[in-house]
Amino acid sequence: MASHSESIIREPLITGKDITYAKITNDVLRPVENMPGKAWWIGFSVASLGASLWVFAISWTFWFGLGEWGLNKTVGWAWDITGFVWWVGIGHAGTLISAVLLLFRQNWRNSINRSAEAMTIFAVICAATYIAAHMGRPWMAVYSLPLPNQYGSLWVNWNSPLIWDVFAISTYFSVSLVFWYTGLLPDIATIRDRAQGLRRRIYSVLSFGWTGSVKTWQRFETVSLILAGVSTPLVLSVHTIVSMDFATSLEPGWHTTIFPPYFVAGAIFSGFAMVQTLLLIARKVLGLENYITMFHIESMNKIIMLTGSIVGVAYLTELFIAFYSQNEYEQYAFANRIAGPYWWAYWSMMTCNVITPQLFWFKKIRTNIPLSWVLSIVVNIGMWFERFVIIVTSLHRDFIPSSWAMFYPTWVDVSVFIGSIGVFFTMFLLFIRVLPSVAMAEVKLLLKSSSEQAKKKLMDEGHVVPAEAEFYIASLEKFDSVEQSEYLKA
Amino acid sequence: MSSTKYILGVFDDPDEMMHGIDKLQKNSVPIYDVYTPMPIHGIEAKLNIKDSRLGYAAFMFGCLGGTIMFSMVYYMLVHDWPINIGGKNFFAIPDFIPVTFEWTVLWTSFGMTFTFFFASHLFPGRAPRVMDLRATDDKFVIAINAKGNISHDDITNLLKEAGATEVKHNDRKYVSYE
Repeated sequence: MASHSESIIREPLITGKDITYAKITNDVLRPVENMPGKAWWIGFSVASLGASLWVFAISWTFWFGLGEWGLNKTVGWAWDITGFVWWVGIGHAGTLISAVLLLFRQNWRNSINRSAEAMTIFAVICAATYIAAHMGRPWMAVYSLPLPNQYGSLWVNWNSPLIWDVFAISTYFSVSLVFWYTGLLPDIATIRDRAQGLRRRIYSVLSFGWTGSVKTWQRFETVSLILAGVSTPLVLSVHTIVSMDFATSLEPGWHTTIFPPYFVAGAIFSGFAMVQTLLLIARKVLGLENYITMFHIESMNKIIMLTGSIVGVAYLTELFIAFYSQNEYEQYAFANRIAGPYWWAYWSMMTCNVITPQLFWFKKIRTNIPLSWVLSIVVNIGMWFERFVIIVTSLHRDFIPSSWAMFYPTWVDVSVFIGSIGVFFTMFLLFIRVLPSVAMAEVKLLLKSSSEQAKKKLMDEGHVVPAEAEFYIASLEKFDSVEQSEYLKA
Repeated sequence: MSSTKYILGVFDDPDEMMHGIDKLQKNSVPIYDVYTPMPIHGIEAKLNIKDSRLGYAAFMFGCLGGTIMFSMVYYMLVHDWPINIGGKNFFAIPDFIPVTFEWTVLWTSFGMTFTFFFASHLFPGRAPRVMDLRATDDKFVIAINAKGNISHDDITNLLKEAGATEVKHNDRKYVSYE
């Protein structure tokens, strides 16, 4: 099977000359087996500073209480829940890439799934810290579990989406972790068999004794496929339930049936943007240009454009339905979003999420690395504003005008948020330092069928229809990792 | 009597390795196992390895998890402490669905993955039973138990003919780390 040739008109998933199985291992393990470079240390120092800020701000919160946040009687949910939903949304791309794209047999997922899954796990950890912090007294988290207690037992309210969310997020986290770690076993075994001494012992424990025998691989593939099968509805359920935290309330602006699909699309949108933000840097710093190619970047940009458009349609639908409902409270909530005191947040959201991603219709832009990176950051900012707009603008002018208020974040709010970004990057940078950031076994699968060199060999041997070869060569022009001069022949 | 315990055919290329398996089988040489750095599609059929039954395990675990959660919520919300919410039905099935679904997925994943670990003897700290250290890197290794009636030289020649870059006659079954 490994030698089955793929249609020539498909773009290559691995570029470069003289790529061998050994070279894939060497390239991917370079950051793991060597001391990190200057870029890593700078990134790690900045990220750990951010993480320290988080530790300080969260300790401050626990010591002095939630009064240190900018919340007031009217706006009782603000940056904390915004940060929570933002991080959970970002955490959607990993499982989407590893599960949904696996079911659709999208082989380009093979070189980005590992880091995307890792990112998912770290993003969900960041989201979970908001839940615990938001309780004020974090030990109260135990009351979200249906444990027998001295009050009757008084059980948790299973009718509440907040309890569904406890189960959704914890299931999502643990299933993603199992999926990620099972996929890591063969690659950890590769590190183990190349290492010496203490490193070998550590990776040996972590590898669970993986050998790569036929039966193990067969079971591994079964497990991957079924995990992908169950993770696909899971990933859709998670953000659906997150949206129900809002949608099942009676708050104007929240009480809408469009929330589940709109939140899921937004989650995929922001998740892919974060994957793009991380991978564009990682591919350069780790020298993975041959495995994370322009095709991968362009494909992700296309998904960002599509999901951004879905989100845009959802925004417009919300406005239309508010008008069409003839419900004056609903109408006011949206008029207030557009032109009220938080107009700048609404229009930042609209610009960053709906307008700028449309630039990806231009091929020049979606194959331009610096622009893609900037736009991915813009999307991340826009998606943060989306949650802020939904949460704060709906709350700050509630049913009684006498209780209308504005929300002003304190330095603690800001520090917890910036700090959580630091925590995220600290974990991600440690991950690329100690574990392979590309799924080596899965990339090796593609070498003989979908690589540039395999396709070139087919062309050189004359097995290809000339018109198709021309089409293929034209598609290579956008690749920054392809030696264009090789294809310049008459 | 030679001290060789296992003969390893080391291949650089998965297709040549598959060819090697064919050759060995044509000559009735039993294959002990094959170690590869990546899954090889179609190898199970060649080696007559039965389909994995992990799917059945996954299904059973899923049913179990879903049933446990649904029964638990039923007991708590309908039987043990019914909550009167505007006179609505205590047995509000739609509200039970999200958590039931989550636990179905959770039990499917954990049940199946741990069954996989158990069946394949994978656990933290297990000593890796490795025959050739490069089989997790870039080599495709066919292992043949040297105990048998076929001459070792014949096996070596078969493997070489099929394209093995190296044939090892190992005195020990596993490469020891110590």
